Amino acid sequence: MNFDPRFSGRKFSSVGTRPIRPDGVDKVTGRARYGADFNMAGQLVGRVLRSPHAHAVIKSVDTSKAEKLAGVKAVITAKDLPDLTDGDTAMYDILDNSMARKKALYDGHAVAAVAAIDARTARQALKLIEVDYEVLPHVTDVDEAAQHHAPLIDDTIYTEGLEEKPAKPSNVTKRTQFGHGDVHSGFAKADFIVERSFKTEQTHQGYIEPHACVASVNADGTADLWVCTQGHFVYRQHCAQLLGMEASKLRVTSSEIGGGFGGKTHVWAEPVALALSRKAGRPVKLVMTRDEVFRASGPTSATSIDVKIGARKDGTITAAEATLRYSCGPYAGSWAEIGAMTAFACYKLENVKTVGYEVLVNRPKTAAYRAPSAPMAAFAVESVVDELAKELGMDAVDFRIRNAAQEGTRSSYGPVYGPIGIGPTLEAVKNHPHMKAPLKANQGRGMACGFWFNFGGQTCTDLNIGMDGSVSLAVGTVDVGGSRASLSLVAAEELGIDYSQVKAIVADTSSLGYNDMTDGSRGTFSSSMATISAARNAILILRERAAQTWDIPVDDVVWEKGHAIAKGEKYGNLSPLSLKDIAAASGKTGGPIAGHSELVADGAGVSFATHICDVAVDPETGSTRVIRYTVVQDAGKAVHPTYVEGQYQGGAAQGIGWALNEEYIYGKDGRLQNAGFLDYRIPVCSDLPMIDTQILEIPNPNHPYGVRGVGETSIVPPLAAIANAVSNAVGVRMTHIPMSPPRILAALEAEREG
Amino acid sequence: MRYIRPLSIEDAVGELAKAVGPAAILAGGSDLLVRMKGGFIEPELIVDIKAIGGLSDITETADGFRIGAAVPCAVLGENKALRQAWPGVVEAANLIGSKQVQGRCTITGNLCNASPAADSVPALVAAGARAIVAGPSGKRTIAVETVPTAPGRTSLAKGEIIEAILLDKRPDHAGDAYLRFIPRTEMDIAVVSAGVNLTLDDHGVVKTARVAIGAAAPTVLLVEEAAQVLIGSKLDEETLERLAKICAGECRPIDDKRGTIEFRRKVAGVLASRAAATAYKRAGGK
Repeated sequence: MNFDPRFSGRKFSSVGTRPIRPDGVDKVTGRARYGADFNMAGQLVGRVLRSPHAHAVIKSVDTSKAEKLAGVKAVITAKDLPDLTDGDTAMYDILDNSMARKKALYDGHAVAAVAAIDARTARQALKLIEVDYEVLPHVTDVDEAAQHHAPLIDDTIYTEGLEEKPAKPSNVTKRTQFGHGDVHSGFAKADFIVERSFKTEQTHQGYIEPHACVASVNADGTADLWVCTQGHFVYRQHCAQLLGMEASKLRVTSSEIGGGFGGKTHVWAEPVALALSRKAGRPVKLVMTRDEVFRASGPTSATSIDVKIGARKDGTITAAEATLRYSCGPYAGSWAEIGAMTAFACYKLENVKTVGYEVLVNRPKTAAYRAPSAPMAAFAVESVVDELAKELGMDAVDFRIRNAAQEGTRSSYGPVYGPIGIGPTLEAVKNHPHMKAPLKANQGRGMACGFWFNFGGQTCTDLNIGMDGSVSLAVGTVDVGGSRASLSLVAAEELGIDYSQVKAIVADTSSLGYNDMTDGSRGTFSSSMATISAARNAILILRERAAQTWDIPVDDVVWEKGHAIAKGEKYGNLSPLSLKDIAAASGKTGGPIAGHSELVADGAGVSFATHICDVAVDPETGSTRVIRYTVVQDAGKAVHPTYVEGQYQGGAAQGIGWALNEEYIYGKDGRLQNAGFLDYRIPVCSDLPMIDTQILEIPNPNHPYGVRGVGETSIVPPLAAIANAVSNAVGVRMTHIPMSPPRILAALEAEREG
Repeated sequence: MRYIRPLSIEDAVGELAKAVGPAAILAGGSDLLVRMKGGFIEPELIVDIKAIGGLSDITETADGFRIGAAVPCAVLGENKALRQAWPGVVEAANLIGSKQVQGRCTITGNLCNASPAADSVPALVAAGARAIVAGPSGKRTIAVETVPTAPGRTSLAKGEIIEAILLDKRPDHAGDAYLRFIPRTEMDIAVVSAGVNLTLDDHGVVKTARVAIGAAAPTVLLVEEAAQVLIGSKLDEETLERLAKICAGECRPIDDKRGTIEFRRKVAGVLASRAAATAYKRAGGK
């Protein structure tokens, strides 16, 4: 395959328009099938028994009484999921997280599961399982867990990345470092230095749809899995490996998805459902309750971050340093590492150093959450940047513009930037009417910047042209944010036909080659590249068929606006052939017409955003309302601008919840106290203002249309923008997220008492 | 599990009185069904009271209002006379849960669920509301504040049902108000709350007052001392400050996932003083 992914600067007719979404009617009428909407004849109900302890040795599990209960068809424990991971520690962690093997490592950790004829029987069966626990000391706080005297979660782990191998095991699994230059000499040159410590509490992605699947293991060793996921190919690989199956024998079909935000990139219930089905010989449906989703899926890290930045009087940053500690749950991760990479990515810095520490705690295994790890680092860094601007007597936007990274800047995490959008988003914010709008008493305005890498990855796409001239596009990246609409637009653009002629579907794992999951804001970026490539391959065949029809060389046939055109005066009397004409004749000219593409989408362009936020704080109660919010972000090219705006608004909305109220609250007993939407407070509609958006388009040179990922960057600036706004409203620097009313009121009272 | 839908209060009382296992009364179900779904209770008998005559009506009598036990809170908001007479009670009832929940939930259910954070209860206590209790030995009328005795517990005996809530007819220059603190704007549960009910004389001086604080003790607190501070005043700034201080002092809150002791104390006072100001204005005070 010969595919040139470089940006071509073409004019668009479909891309950039806003047609209605192809999945919209089904979703608003309730017809769309989500994970729990799939059913099979004879299916059983699966339920999971979970540890009530934060940390405990599982001495024994007695399932005999549950097995004897009428209606129970299978009971499983870790014994039914033997370790086949062959030294792959990451897979072992996934296995152990799916079903605890020796120790329960957090409140909610699965220890056994049942499949029964109905939910009532399954619930009764769970009560009959006897688990003998030896409760161990636990630790849930990231700073406490990093102390030497903290209870050890895994005594085989020694901190990696230190100069010498430590003598003792530790909950700190890894140290990573990024940066360049010499921060000591940089700070020596500074006229002003601001140094502060910050904390952020653990949050959940808060997707409305709980994890749900139906697993059916057949007598011949093949199996089917219908599941709500961001990546059915990845789920296939993981489940097949954990269950000792050949991947080709497991067919995974993804459902519609009621939100994932990174939280559905990881298997939890799926291997359990498959193991139950294998043992029971019947299909098993397993749907997690909301309580289980909070206690036992994959929230993001709690963090503790120190930041120090120095600048000269003229506003030039001379050095920047950060130490970041991120909780990983009870299994090793690389979350602090990502935070350390993103922390200073917005800035052009001569001297920069970031150090990340990964910390084990007795909480659920951390999973990705929209630009994972970046929002917390941005909160800490952008808070200090704001404070430093104040010390310098400079405008917060001007200070950032002066130090913003540009094309050619060596980023704080290593690579040298191509054309990027941080400068343009800052200029747009500087000139935005929001920045000049008046504020009333007890109101404050804040702004902040954010960065995300974006990702490309393995992608495989089929484009089939029907005899009626309709185009069906089969992609393997799950549509989490409107990619079926945007990919249909891209196919229409490339083929020169109308959007209504294209229908995109997400194909199952047996219908396409491997696709990475929809993460890293890669869905539209990578699959549009593959769609363009597949369309170009189809066009080649369309031209060949036209050439054959006309009996002229294919090189003399060009494709323009949906038609094959014979090039040159000698063919003057040949009327163009439309895609429809060629498709209609295809049965006689060589059969069906299709284009295929498989590629690794390299060069996902990095993405930047700058947000502005106004808040009103009630000084007597600490209650905060966001009263105006503006997102400015570089999209590279907005394929479907309404969806892009939706992504900007969605990230901001999640960031607002995180900044103000969302947090995992653990009791002294190590149990999660707020495993539900009543006390885990995501914003409701009336909590949010209309979130204004401005799309900038700085083309990604590595994509034919200039597309960059847009889904994640929008959650990076809000924590910082809101913290800066609250701090400006009340005159006290808020350093602990969420800035819940009790925290704000306590900070105000402390300030009043001096 | 047995579900019944009796047509008379006597039948309902009879079924509840002879029930052997755990029994539950179903009106809107906005607490009961949630608790059943969560596996917290598994009743063997459910008595749906919505078909009992009169229980779904709001009746205006010579003495005031009679609100049947099965009247959804949203219906309170649609009753103009009730809204004018007892705006604080109605606004409290219409803060519970979401719009959808308000279409089902009832103030009687809110009272009998016996949560210290119940929204309508401080407003009812401040209003001096009474409950008509039907039981195996006949009917009795009791003050609403005597119904909840501890979180999740009531003074009702086996077989007893509250059939209606009574609110007095309003004199001239009367007003009530309810405020709660929630971190969100709706669909939330009170971290702390305050209900205030005032009557004024012709000169705008407070004649009678009742102040109730919610979510600050195991049951809703009726703060007598706070009422005494208000009586005889025109709610000047100093009075409101004293009110706030007394309410903060009378609280017996706990630290939990919804708030700290310090936060609840401080905000109880703030809300009491704000609710008093609103009640005063509604009563025609200036």
